[in-house]
Amino acid sequence: MIPELGYGATVAAFVLALWGAVAAAMSARTGRAALLRSGERAAVGAWALITACIALMLYAFLTFDFSVHYVAINTNRGTPFYYRITALWGALEGSIILWSWMLSIYTLIVVIQYRRRQAELYPWVLSVMLGILAFFLLVMTIPAPPFERLTPIPADGRGLNPLLQDSGMITHPIALYLGFTGFTVPFAFAIAALIVGRTGEEWITITRRWTIIAWYFLALGLLIGGWWSYHVLGWGGYWAWDPVENAAFMPFLTATAFLHSVMVQERRRMLKLWNLSLIILTFGLTIFGTFLTRSGIIGSVHSFTQGSIGVFFLAFLALVLLGSFSLLASRVERLRAEGVLDSVVSRESAFLLNNLFLVAAAFTVFFGTVFPLISEAVRGVKISVGAPFFNLVNIPVFLALLFLMGVGPLIAWRRASAENLKRNFLKPVLAGIITGIIAQATLRLFGMGNVLVVTVMALVVFVAGTIALDYFRAVRARRRSGDGWLAATWNLLLRQNRRYGGFIVHLGILVIALGVAGSQAWSVQKEVTLDKGQSTELAGYQVRFDGLSASEESNHGKVTGAFTVTNGRAGTHMLYPAKKFYPQEQTPIAAVDYRLGFFEDIYLVLGDFASDGSHATVKLQVNRMVSWLWLGGVVLTLGAALAILPDARRPA
Amino acid sequence: MSASRLRWAIPAAVIPVLVLLAYGFKTDPREVPSPLLGRPAAAFSLTTFAGTPLSLEGLRGKVVMLNFWASWCIPACYEEAPALERTWQAYKDKGVTVVGVNIQDKEAAAREFLSRFEHSFPNAPDPRGRVAVDYGVYGVPETFFIDSRGRVRFKHVGALTDNIARRHLDALLKEPS
Repeated sequence: MIPELGYGATVAAFVLALWGAVAAAMSARTGRAALLRSGERAAVGAWALITACIALMLYAFLTFDFSVHYVAINTNRGTPFYYRITALWGALEGSIILWSWMLSIYTLIVVIQYRRRQAELYPWVLSVMLGILAFFLLVMTIPAPPFERLTPIPADGRGLNPLLQDSGMITHPIALYLGFTGFTVPFAFAIAALIVGRTGEEWITITRRWTIIAWYFLALGLLIGGWWSYHVLGWGGYWAWDPVENAAFMPFLTATAFLHSVMVQERRRMLKLWNLSLIILTFGLTIFGTFLTRSGIIGSVHSFTQGSIGVFFLAFLALVLLGSFSLLASRVERLRAEGVLDSVVSRESAFLLNNLFLVAAAFTVFFGTVFPLISEAVRGVKISVGAPFFNLVNIPVFLALLFLMGVGPLIAWRRASAENLKRNFLKPVLAGIITGIIAQATLRLFGMGNVLVVTVMALVVFVAGTIALDYFRAVRARRRSGDGWLAATWNLLLRQNRRYGGFIVHLGILVIALGVAGSQAWSVQKEVTLDKGQSTELAGYQVRFDGLSASEESNHGKVTGAFTVTNGRAGTHMLYPAKKFYPQEQTPIAAVDYRLGFFEDIYLVLGDFASDGSHATVKLQVNRMVSWLWLGGVVLTLGAALAILPDARRPA
Repeated sequence: MSASRLRWAIPAAVIPVLVLLAYGFKTDPREVPSPLLGRPAAAFSLTTFAGTPLSLEGLRGKVVMLNFWASWCIPACYEEAPALERTWQAYKDKGVTVVGVNIQDKEAAAREFLSRFEHSFPNAPDPRGRVAVDYGVYGVPETFFIDSRGRVRFKHVGALTDNIARRHLDALLKEPS
């Protein structure tokens, strides 16, 4: 019964969403309120039906209903309870349910927030959002039905991909999808503004906060993905320029560009065409990312299986891009800038450069990701583009972006005077240069000199210096009116939450930049085979192999190695890296063990071993400054939360 | 260039990208060439679930369809299982042997699988995974077609169908041995 109910709910939700999209568009043209109400009810109905789909699928998972194909391939009787729930979005079909569900929630929020405001834009916004929802429901109906039956019914299922059996997999997809689907809201407002012809600042003011929310979830998703990669995959890294990672990174870059260029439009009424293009591009890239990971056209460690689904996504991508950009083209006349660029030395041009670099980074990532296709089309050779390409091209771009992060917020609008430049930048620039010189000299002394890290450090000090300078001036001004330091800070954060939220996000990114540069430059590793009782040494850590033990878990067998790690500074502790043997996997899965630290992590991966436990191969890594990534993520989170708060200076 | 001339360049710029992505469908990521094709098939000797010895050497002169499977391989191994038995029934008197090699499995589950699909062709477990390694198996199911002179001629990744089996076997049977 479950599959039939689920399929019925899917079809009904599709019909409702499609009707809602049409009804809202018709009401926008004719002004008939009854049609709009009907569209709203359709949105509520679609949300309720998709919620029912999720409930039915969960029920099928919890009751081991292997007559459902999706349940059979993503769970087995040994799968622990939590992973029976997360298996819901562990693979292709289920992830589309989750996607649709989040989109339907965003749609509901839009209905609740804007149905009494924005009378002109709102019907089109609703129509666009329901149209997109209808597409995802169509995918659930035809090419990737999650409730497809499996015959003959197997006695047990295959089980969830062992790599996904991790806490990171519970949160990572949710954050990522909230980011991806969140960009639908600004996109819908942009399209509505283009259709109505109100291409001024209005849609931007409405959607800025939505963009920050989506941007924030995407950033969080990327960070959790990095954490998952670090502590599950067992290679000691957090980013590998895998096509799927790239798919999530590209919209992040273009959305970041938008969040900055939007300020130029707000302030100077420039870049209208550019901002609309960025929002369309960002949304297009979220669809492209979904397409890339689900079409099978590019091989990746975590792409889902293929099928006709790719054709659906490509057709939809074509519709979105051609439709929106044609609409944009037909409105070009209205999108002329009212302001002009007065000087190269100005905040406008700093933001323009920042946009240029961000879009260039997005483009190189795109180019590297699809290059295997180009190569196969042109030369008939399958090749893969690895991390060296992406690093080589992107490192200078990211360094330039770091520099601009210091310049942008403080340089004057229109035309910066020499006085303005001296007042805002002299001290931070000097601080940066001095830091660079001292850091290089000190690091040389310890044999750890590294041009890239020193450059990053100098830039970080420069940017942090500009932020500190701005903060102290603002607080000093408030203190004159009688506030204490704490009260002044508090008022500043609340009254100018957007500006200072942005600054805190920048600080988070500085911390992440130090983490990336430090971990790339200073991490060390080695692989050794140790006899039982034998020790080895790496970067001040003594590691002794104490023996192996085997155990049987609910859905896999496990061999655990015991290692005593001694370090003069941190004392002695035990680490237990393991190898897990899942019947459905050809190769065993490494379960790493690690001890995280502020400056360095010790990280152990168990390799081959003798079955009698007499010796084992282990990979030791001392990963430096990786924790700064997670720390920076927390700072970034706080800043974004502050920036999202309603602006206290104006009525919400 | 004026804005009106430039305007349609924006949507037009999207088209080459879309064409490239559409081209991506023509490529098959599952088509992974095997370096074994045309080479002599690696010899093996195993003991079947029924307890009789089974070696590739002993099948010389016959066309061999060598199928690697596991009971946990859902749904592909379940999909192809009936087709394997049908192929065996249709070709066993024509100089073809179907051989199943069960890898990375538990014995009880494997036996249950065999009795469920009533497989009557020889099936053997590969307890140390040696045969799977020799043939470079990286996922189940995989099927190798070995000609009567003992050379690997085709490799099929994923569930086998009657048609695919028939096509390759007929081609191999037509060749002079």
